Amino acid sequence: MINLAATVKISLRALKINKMRSALTMLGIVIGVTAVIIMVAIGSGARERVSRQISSAGSNLLVVVPGSMTAGGIRMGFGTQANLTTKDAEAILKECPAVWDVSPEVHGAAQVVFGNQNWSTAITATTPSYLNVRDWLLDDGRNFSDQDIRNTTKVCIVGQTIVENLFAGQDPIDQIIRIKKVPFVVIGVLEAKGQDLMGQDQDDMILIPITTGRKKVFGSLRPDMVRSIIVKTVSTQELPQAETQIQELLRQRHHIGPKEEEDFTVRNLTQMLQMAEKSTRIMTMLLGAIASISLLVGGIGIMNIMLVSVTERTREIGIRMAVGAKVRDIRLQFITEALILSMIGGAIGIIMGIAGAKLIALLTDWSAMVSLPATAAAFGFSGLVGIFFGFYPAYKASLLNPIEALRYE
Amino acid sequence: MALIETVGLKKIYNLGGSVIAALDGITTNIEKGEFVAIMGPSGSGKSTFMNLIGCLDKPTAGRCFLEGMDIGCLNRDELAVIRNKKIGFVFQSFNLLPRTSAIENVELPMLYSGLSPLDRKLRARKALKMMGLEGREEHLPNQLSGGQQQRVAIARALVNDAPLIMADEPTGNLDTKASEEIMELFVKLNEESHITVILVTHEHDIAAFSKRIIRFLDGKIVSDEKRSRP
Ligand SMILES: Nc1ncnc2c1ncn2[C@@H]1O[C@H](COP(=O)(O)OP(=O)(O)OP(=O)(O)O)[C@@H](O)[C@H]1O
Ligand SMILES: [Mg+2]
Repeated sequence: MINLAATVKISLRALKINKMRSALTMLGIVIGVTAVIIMVAIGSGARERVSRQISSAGSNLLVVVPGSMTAGGIRMGFGTQANLTTKDAEAILKECPAVWDVSPEVHGAAQVVFGNQNWSTAITATTPSYLNVRDWLLDDGRNFSDQDIRNTTKVCIVGQTIVENLFAGQDPIDQIIRIKKVPFVVIGVLEAKGQDLMGQDQDDMILIPITTGRKKVFGSLRPDMVRSIIVKTVSTQELPQAETQIQELLRQRHHIGPKEEEDFTVRNLTQMLQMAEKSTRIMTMLLGAIASISLLVGGIGIMNIMLVSVTERTREIGIRMAVGAKVRDIRLQFITEALILSMIGGAIGIIMGIAGAKLIALLTDWSAMVSLPATAAAFGFSGLVGIFFGFYPAYKASLLNPIEALRYE
Repeated sequence: MALIETVGLKKIYNLGGSVIAALDGITTNIEKGEFVAIMGPSGSGKSTFMNLIGCLDKPTAGRCFLEGMDIGCLNRDELAVIRNKKIGFVFQSFNLLPRTSAIENVELPMLYSGLSPLDRKLRARKALKMMGLEGREEHLPNQLSGGQQQRVAIARALVNDAPLIMADEPTGNLDTKASEEIMELFVKLNEESHITVILVTHEHDIAAFSKRIIRFLDGKIVSDEKRSRP
């Protein structure tokens, strides 16, 4: 039987005798725990961002763009060739059974003016199906109609960033804005969506009917031509089928021989995003693992110091044994010391880790998310490190021969 | 039943080929309440003998009984319990824990016998008082004289009510006056509390306080005489 409070008291005294040494040993654990918390926070921040992007990009999407990608890499920049048309989009919807909806689009940047305010933004000229395809909702107003497309009506739907910067709090519906000097009536407002995978603000955009865009805004384009076609399938399972169906259909429509290279590329957006999510998850794990190594190194530091301590205090161990300390009393003593070192180090590490993650989030545009499980795990792990690396020195101390320990010089 | 009984106790050291018989067959009895002085030239095996009967070391051969119990059959922890409850050690070099107050040093054996903190304090205080160290409880060993340190060590040896005190040259580091004070304490413990005292010494003045003198030479007992205290 041994009194735990007394053991802790003895340990604290022993650690206090070598303040500098104890502090440096603790520092190893502090750095380890801090690193684990910050790394995991950065990793989970990135993951959180990607999964938000997945939901804002819309699900089950393929994107067809002009130009081909060969095994040697990108032969021609995507979208530099003008060979995708509205007809292609219509054919995809009609003839590919795996496809649920399509939305052709033309996009570009333009100066937008409202009153005396002006703003440079991205203009996407597209069809009414665009909102359905991207799983976007309107905050206010209405979508385009097929009639708007047929009549090349000058109407537009604006994103939240436009509302903030151009309208400054006014209700934008039914207001008239000028896009490249052409007046458009605002008929709808998009809901807020945040940034996309590349860090681009998805709210900084204006949607206009594709026909109007071609005629009035992007004047120099071939009639009928589109920059890309977004394709939506009913579910994720149908994405590969839709991809082959589109490839076959477009090869046929573009008269591409079996040996020839495609003049278009089908990109699986959902797959890309899922891959991005997977890679951020792997990154989080990797960062955590690398940080854990520093925790392990901190543990080895504890073991090192405890071994030195056992040697230095051999005589003390001998005295304790002579007055009746049992094997487990001696072990408990040294494990308690290692545990105190690692737990105090762990606690300081948690504080520094949380502060560090907050600071990184503040100073950079990375989002760092401190996760409670990771913090608890890092603290628990530091405790385990203390026990694990404290055990061998404690074991060594407990097996000393009392008389040799007493005689130790 | 004798307090200590040894039968053919041997301790052989094997140092790189040369074999040293530190103890070469010791057979003797020590009864409860005795005051024994062990004498002999340096290297004759006195300390080795003390360590064996004090359960600090294991014999190479032979047996040693403490209150009839064969201590050769006990494991580390059982020996630790015997050292804790039955034996109080006093060493030539005091062996107090450095940077630890007198009272905490005295509390040490009780820490391992599971007494409550309050009981530990009370008993340690009492033991120190008995050694004439009242008011010195919070002193660190390096703030005490040699004689005072040795009295702290005796308080530590007594605090668990051990029936046996083993002292290996307890006055070796003390001057004559301090030595006599320590010896008078031992005599008092022996006479008033009937504590068995076994001590090793080189000095006849010190051995004179005892009631029996065992002389060692080359690991063997050469004489064993009972006498009355002057
Ligand atoms: N750990 C050891 N290893 C090897 N030999 C040892 C060891 N301990 C003691 N010896 C030897 O055993 C013999 C007896 O030693 P011991 O310490 O018992 O003598 P002692 O009678 O106490 O002497 P002193 O009066 O000088 O203290 C000596 O020859 C010593 O060299
Ligand atoms: Mg000796």
